[in-house]
Amino acid sequence: MPTPLPRIVPLGDAAVLAEFSETLDLAVNARIQQLAQALRRRQVPWIRDVVPALSTLALHFDPARFVPGTSPRDAAADLIRDCLRVLPPATDDLVRHVELPVCYATELAPDLAEVAARCRLSPEEVIARHTASPHRVLMVGFVPGHPYIGGLDPALAVPRRTTPRPQVMAGSIAIANAQTVVYPFAIPGGWNIIGRTPLRVFDPAREPPALLGPGDRVAFVAISLAQYEEFARAAGGGRVP
Amino acid sequence: MSIRVVRAGLLTSLQDPGRFGLQHLGIVPGGAMDAVAHGIANALVGNPAEAATLECTLLGPTLLVEDDALVALYGAAFDAKAGGLPLPRNRPVLIKAGTTLSTGAASHGARAYLAIAGGFQVPEVLGSRSTYLPAGFGGLSGRAVKAGDQLPVVADLARISAARFERLARRRDEVGGVAARSVRWFAPELTVPSGNGMTVRAMEGRHHAQFDSASLEAFFGHAWRISPDSNRMGYRLEGPRLTRTRAVDILSEPTCLGTVQVPNDGAPIALMADHQTTGGYPKIAEIAGADIPGLAQLAPGGSVRFARCTVEDAEAARAAAEERLRELLQAIEWNTTK
Repeated sequence: MPTPLPRIVPLGDAAVLAEFSETLDLAVNARIQQLAQALRRRQVPWIRDVVPALSTLALHFDPARFVPGTSPRDAAADLIRDCLRVLPPATDDLVRHVELPVCYATELAPDLAEVAARCRLSPEEVIARHTASPHRVLMVGFVPGHPYIGGLDPALAVPRRTTPRPQVMAGSIAIANAQTVVYPFAIPGGWNIIGRTPLRVFDPAREPPALLGPGDRVAFVAISLAQYEEFARAAGGGRVP
Repeated sequence: MSIRVVRAGLLTSLQDPGRFGLQHLGIVPGGAMDAVAHGIANALVGNPAEAATLECTLLGPTLLVEDDALVALYGAAFDAKAGGLPLPRNRPVLIKAGTTLSTGAASHGARAYLAIAGGFQVPEVLGSRSTYLPAGFGGLSGRAVKAGDQLPVVADLARISAARFERLARRRDEVGGVAARSVRWFAPELTVPSGNGMTVRAMEGRHHAQFDSASLEAFFGHAWRISPDSNRMGYRLEGPRLTRTRAVDILSEPTCLGTVQVPNDGAPIALMADHQTTGGYPKIAEIAGADIPGLAQLAPGGSVRFARCTVEDAEAARAAAEERLRELLQAIEWNTTK
């Protein structure tokens, strides 16, 4: 499938934003991830950040690195177009595959029963569908290491909760609409919590600090409460309340 | 040897120019809110811009300086004292071991940067010493400093402080007393607005056309009040409610320093140093990068107007601001070499 040519607009005076589509399209997002990797591989000294998002990509640059009279914006737009022109067909070669252990036990999944009821499924069927479908990180944002993961089984599509929780436990796995998120910290959240991973989702002392990066393929693997506790002890991650 | 924190002040944290290259993992550059003032404070004590300084906000910390130390407090006008006598601002000051340095309160401007020869020596986290408060990493244990903290400094602080002070030009003009010695020259303020309000230049954001004309007129015409619940992540602006003609859903997308987004309550938020890397609210404007340091000097209660500009204007303003900074840094360089 040919990649749509992006509309490239300024984002402030030190970045450009390339918009590929106004709606979320998993194939377009996969191309955006590929473009982000290609941009990074160029190792251009004036690039400060390459941020692939759901249907857009931001290229942040350091204007001080340009000689007067040259346009950083034009250079950034040209670089994006050039990378797109030579972007090879989609390939899985450079994609990371991450298996994320998730405990779906009631103690760690306060919204699982409600999600199951809304979807007219049993909790076991919800777990089976969540672990069966292939997922992919579409974007990391909001807070450090917070992934937005696409590929949710359409049978599990539920809206966000009407009242967000003031605090969601770190490691919580939550779904809404067509996506899954993993909370790296205890923060407020309005998504439906269906499980928790014992792994540390974000650790600034680790390389890379985020467990999941944009473009990663993700498989959720169901574990028992006993396994969760064992993992958590080993990983120094979240504890069972 | 270290610097001991006697009183923490309102919000005092170690900052540097920030961490770059990690926004794809949701990690914002962060760093000093007024990066220009941070850099000048460092230059005044002979440090590179990358050295960590102490960002003081409105009410600064009181510190016990346990070793002879060359320091500079630059930025907002704080009524700082060293050993009970007024501390000369915006210039290098050699403080004697055992002196109490109280940075005091800001009479205008919101943030001053305390630089020390050699820089504060906290470990780098993800390539920076800046404190990222929302996720609790960087700086001193990922948090604002508090009473009782020891701020680590270079081992030979007294020696390099004395050596750098000796190298300062026109030292014969030396002023001060037993507790602190300084010079007569000072670095002019580049970023602190003269009053409690300012006009910043702003480009139309990429969703500006979704707003009705009254809202656009209000945004670029009204004096916005900086709300008390503003912080290093963003300035909430109080004024007329902004409404959109088309309330289309926006897919979450990258933001940047200076993005002005409008949540559903119609009250705009200007994204500051510790902003979220992505957001799903419409962007009504993007503040010119050159005017961010000045905006960072406005405290809650201050007022800000937005003057519409083009991206070319913003680029020219940035280049001009960089040139002014370069000239000042060169002048400081000249002053510090005999």
